[in-house]
Amino acid sequence: MSGGLRILVPVKRVIDFALKPRINKTQTGVETAGVKHSMNPFDELSVEEAVRLRERKGPLKVSDILAISAGPAKCTDTLRTAMAMGADRAFHVDVPESEGQLEPLTVAKMLQKIVKDEDTNLVILGKQAIDGDDGQTGQMLAGLLNWSQVTQASEVVIKDDSGLVEVTREVDGGVETLQAKLPMVITTDLRLNEPRYATLPNIVKAKKKPLVKKTLSELGIENNKKLKTLKVTEPPARQGGGKVDDVPSLVSKLKELGAL
Amino acid sequence: MTFALASKSILRTARRSLPRTQFQLSSAYARLLSTLALLEQRDGKLNGSSLSTITAAQKLGGSITAFVAGSGVKSTAAAEVAKVKGLDKVIAIDNDAYEKGLPENFAPLLVENIKKEGFTHVIGCHSAFGKNLLPRVAALLDVQPISDITAIESEDTFVRPIYAGNAICTVQSTDPVKIITLRGTSFQPSPIEDASTPVVDGVDPKVEPLTQWVSENLTKSDRPDLGSAKRVVSGGRGLKSKEEFDRVMTPLADSLGAAIGASRAAVDSGFADNSLQVGQTGKNVAPDLYLAVGISGAIQHLAGMKDSKVIAAINKDPDAPIFHIADVGLVGDLFEKVPELTKELESKA
Repeated sequence: MSGGLRILVPVKRVIDFALKPRINKTQTGVETAGVKHSMNPFDELSVEEAVRLRERKGPLKVSDILAISAGPAKCTDTLRTAMAMGADRAFHVDVPESEGQLEPLTVAKMLQKIVKDEDTNLVILGKQAIDGDDGQTGQMLAGLLNWSQVTQASEVVIKDDSGLVEVTREVDGGVETLQAKLPMVITTDLRLNEPRYATLPNIVKAKKKPLVKKTLSELGIENNKKLKTLKVTEPPARQGGGKVDDVPSLVSKLKELGAL
Repeated sequence: MTFALASKSILRTARRSLPRTQFQLSSAYARLLSTLALLEQRDGKLNGSSLSTITAAQKLGGSITAFVAGSGVKSTAAAEVAKVKGLDKVIAIDNDAYEKGLPENFAPLLVENIKKEGFTHVIGCHSAFGKNLLPRVAALLDVQPISDITAIESEDTFVRPIYAGNAICTVQSTDPVKIITLRGTSFQPSPIEDASTPVVDGVDPKVEPLTQWVSENLTKSDRPDLGSAKRVVSGGRGLKSKEEFDRVMTPLADSLGAAIGASRAAVDSGFADNSLQVGQTGKNVAPDLYLAVGISGAIQHLAGMKDSKVIAAINKDPDAPIFHIADVGLVGDLFEKVPELTKELESKA
């Protein structure tokens, strides 16, 4: 495989994982204004893995790590973070806030176009975004490209310079190991690695790395919405039932509740 | 003139005022509606919890076809599914190539069968298999799938949790084919009874998988399966080490006949296997009793267990968020309280 690995890393800007989201008054979504946002935690793992593939100096050299994000202007912050972690360059596909979030199918089609344009041979995505919790984009992209897919990866090993990749994935009840040839799509699970923090010098350097703005129409992608959100509501609230003082009271309370 | 009069007859007017259009529409939908319920199997053994796809299909109405593929499934898993009542047929694809459920060939297989039979709904479980496969199927059909649904409101409207279960979203699909994964804890599996549904062959496009299956390493355990256990005891960072986790949690689980779960902190620290993680990115459980030991109750963890019937917590921090949702909480040192609880449970058993 000549030219080595050309990795595409899609990243998403989401409400910070530690925050409890609030439903907006009109019950159409979650309040996002003035709320701390960060890179989707699974996408940090993707960026980290791409950078580690470069650092590992395995059989295939990494020649390019391209980060991409679609959404409002603030997504550029997320992309700068990805570049500070080690991505070489970034694309920001500008989708105004008013247009709402793209559906995974649209994102997959957009990524398919980028993969073709940029001659990507490995796409590493997070297994799910922690806002929509869909867990679909990677699989859909692999389907559109007719590429191999390995989801929920906990270990990625480039076996040789022919582009044979061995990936261990988390499944119900344990792990399984698969092998496939590049090009392929991998989605990351939490155990894959521990993402690095961007250091100050790297944050400064990232400001000079190229960030290209694109639009959906430029890529020939329509922002079709196939799902209509009818309403977004609070989950039924759960009230704590208070505390007991000792183990016997715990047991009798559990009996009272019918749990024992 | 006579004709005009007839058209205005009282009978006709009365009939017209009945809400019959709506009624006919919904029954027409039910007639046209046909659902493919995707079942899971391993080495010919049917995964019982995947029978929840049939329950969901029954909620939709219309005809139901079960689908199973793998090595020799016709005489094994498919024959078992055939005993479930209310099915139209069971499509069984006997082919070793589908045994491991690799999406690169399993997705085209499903697509061909969906196209041939004209299914309007395809339902799978939001399990490792379903999550991996169905979005790929949807992309091949140019459909936006719907993940991890917890309720069905109508043939095109579904309820699903977002933001780690902190918001509940109702979505309406405009796609001609609805590709859905469901949350197992929200739909009871259909019982296996004594029906004898016909088992038929489907189309097999025999697409070569792009990926090779190499090996697997599954945690073997005699305990009830975490996803479907009636009781779950779950340990967190408070257990301090793998040795302590095993020493404290195993007897407790034994005394309750419970499955063992863990928080992400416990899994990340190596106290417990990854497959035991309960939460947004791990398993969703909704047992009759969930006992959280040494778990503070981060929102990502609560996402996976807050639908449990009764939640109990043992934690030394009286301000731990887990106490806000626990039906009963005990503040104390788990290394003292859990063995005491285990003893108490054993003596009463």
